[in-house]
Amino acid sequence: MDSGQLFNLTTVAYFAAMVLFFAYIASKNKTVALVATLASLAGFLIQTAALGLRWYESYQILGADGRAPLTNLYESVVFFAWSILLIYLLMDWKYKQRTIGAFVLPIALFSMLWAQMSLSSTIDPLVPALQSNWLTYHVITCFLGYAGFAVAFGVSIMYLLKIGKEEKHTGDGPMGGVLGMFPATKVLDNLNYTAIMIGFPLLTLGIITGAAWANYAWGTYWSWDPKETWSLIVWFLYAAFIHARFTRGWVGRRAAWLSIFGFAATLFCYLGVNLVLSGLHSYGGA
Amino acid sequence: MTEKTKSYTDRTWDFLCSLKLTIVLLLLLALTSIIGTLIQQNAPAADYIREYGQANYELFKKLQFTDMYSSSWFIGILALFSVNLICCSIKNFPRVWKFFKEPLLVAGPGTFKGSTNTAEFSSKDSKQEVADRVSTLLKKEIGKPRLTEKEGKLYLFAQKGIYSRLGPYITHLSILIVMAGAIIGNIWGYKAYVNIVEGSSIDQVLSRNGTVPIDLGFTVRCDDFDVSYYPNSNRPKDYNSDLVILENGQEMARKRIEVNHPLTYKGITFYQSSYGPAGSAFFKVKATENASGETVEVKAQQGQNVPLPNGYSFAVTNFTENDRNFGPAMQMRIKTPDGKNGAPFVVWQNFPQFDVKRGGVFNFALLGFEQPQFTGLQVAKDPGVNIVWLGCFLMVFGSLSAFFFSHKRVWVCLEEDGKKTKVLLAGNAHRNQPGFSLAFEELQEKVETSVKNEFQKKEG
Repeated sequence: MDSGQLFNLTTVAYFAAMVLFFAYIASKNKTVALVATLASLAGFLIQTAALGLRWYESYQILGADGRAPLTNLYESVVFFAWSILLIYLLMDWKYKQRTIGAFVLPIALFSMLWAQMSLSSTIDPLVPALQSNWLTYHVITCFLGYAGFAVAFGVSIMYLLKIGKEEKHTGDGPMGGVLGMFPATKVLDNLNYTAIMIGFPLLTLGIITGAAWANYAWGTYWSWDPKETWSLIVWFLYAAFIHARFTRGWVGRRAAWLSIFGFAATLFCYLGVNLVLSGLHSYGGA
Repeated sequence: MTEKTKSYTDRTWDFLCSLKLTIVLLLLLALTSIIGTLIQQNAPAADYIREYGQANYELFKKLQFTDMYSSSWFIGILALFSVNLICCSIKNFPRVWKFFKEPLLVAGPGTFKGSTNTAEFSSKDSKQEVADRVSTLLKKEIGKPRLTEKEGKLYLFAQKGIYSRLGPYITHLSILIVMAGAIIGNIWGYKAYVNIVEGSSIDQVLSRNGTVPIDLGFTVRCDDFDVSYYPNSNRPKDYNSDLVILENGQEMARKRIEVNHPLTYKGITFYQSSYGPAGSAFFKVKATENASGETVEVKAQQGQNVPLPNGYSFAVTNFTENDRNFGPAMQMRIKTPDGKNGAPFVVWQNFPQFDVKRGGVFNFALLGFEQPQFTGLQVAKDPGVNIVWLGCFLMVFGSLSAFFFSHKRVWVCLEEDGKKTKVLLAGNAHRNQPGFSLAFEELQEKVETSVKNEFQKKEG
């Protein structure tokens, strides 16, 4: 069994979980929701084992030059999926809003599919610039931050889907149908904020560890490199979101949109900069 | 007239304090920052003209898009952002400070009736006895309570996490500290680079913007430079330079630097950043006089005439690292004492006996060859960097305390009610209300046990 096979198994588990979450919303059967959650958890555990195995494999292939599996596009996309599941499962454990899985799992599944199907999974040794412990701290904090924003994005989509119908909904009874299964808009709005509250300090730490590393490697903690700039753009957007919470007229719909724009900027910062623009972060070049 | 002026100042103040301004500025900063990621920054004029045309280049110049992060308008937005931050803090801080200076020791009836988290019990014991028991409990659960007696009633007040109220202010302050550190670094520091050829030394570096030489005030010598590659690939694994710092000829420091492991001396840091070949290669050549068997070892550069004993000399005229799979080989010729050039011949490093067979006055052996390298160093002096790190630390600390901790307060009022004691309990948290409600329910049960002294009864 190698890590590639375990990652494939992970993908299958996430696919199953996603389908089950859809089935839960359609069927309103709580057992289905529980099975879906267990499938997510199983996928997450398999993926954790796979990450550990890939780490071990790097030592098998590179000898003493082995390293944590966080260094190229394939590994980062896989780690992105893992981070999303970690944040999602923690929030599920705390808030038990099972329907959210249907909007979060697809992001993780899509990441896994993309990595498994079209990215190179070779284990290459590190160029000197990447040989630093800062790499691990920087990548982990950034991706957990991104994951918080991914969960917030899923919740925001649910909010926008529901709020339109809720405002038109008349009568005393609760809303029926699929949207009736969603948590109340007030709860969704709160979960959006909670996920961003987890993501924002982590992104802040990610930017700081990146700056510390850059300073250690090149003597400049900030050089307005496109990647750095985009991470700051993301930071500005979520800072705006957090302050919008305290301002009348900015909660609810606008906050949800801000969260969606924030995640779009996050994705551009993560992938767009490497695939579209040029800069110091080389992993997207291949 | 005065009234109108005052209202104008007031309006300006309100504008500068407003959260709406904060949001607009944050979004504006996010939006404008994109420009510099799409248009290359600080490139030569010709690059812009080639890519965008003359007219657009002039427009970019006018709008300062080619160096936008130091443009007057971008700095202007940042300055307004700082002013907004400071004004906001000045406006709101006194309200927060009041929680420290004048905690609400005696809660009014509104707190006990109107709040979400309230409870009421009664006890047969005296109010002093109950107060003692509840105090012990609160001390354990929340924090040391403060007792106040007022109009015959006893009031207890306990709180936890009051410092989380400072979180947002610490975060805001940290941003200003980071900016201050950046400004200090810009004014009193510099970014520079220097190339040092192995074995040589420098005492000046070149500024990264403008290539003005900067005196270091000491000398840096590079004793050696090495690159190592991963097995079976041309991917560099490590490259490092042995640097020595000299002052007045005295060795002050020495370190082997590599990427991610710089050397700092007197606030100036040297970072390994690049390398390359410097000048032509050196050949270590051993010449043996065939008649006497006497040998000399010399270093020769390609094309250079190197003297040999008895007026002879030689020159290396060509070199290859691999001659038809025979390994490194040099082509050379001998000059006789009367100035005549002999015919060129080849010496292989791996087959020294070949040249012994050639005959002639001398035979030669190639002992080795060396390509001198230069090491490329980034040089930085940044007296503001520690201030930036202090700001970063406060930012993390401040945002964590702002997001994940809350100021929790609990009030108790004990009042004689005939022979009994009436106990009122209320609690409040300044964020995460649902979480606090759960915690309050637990506390409520414990207080009830304590008030009714059931715990001791069970034991008795």
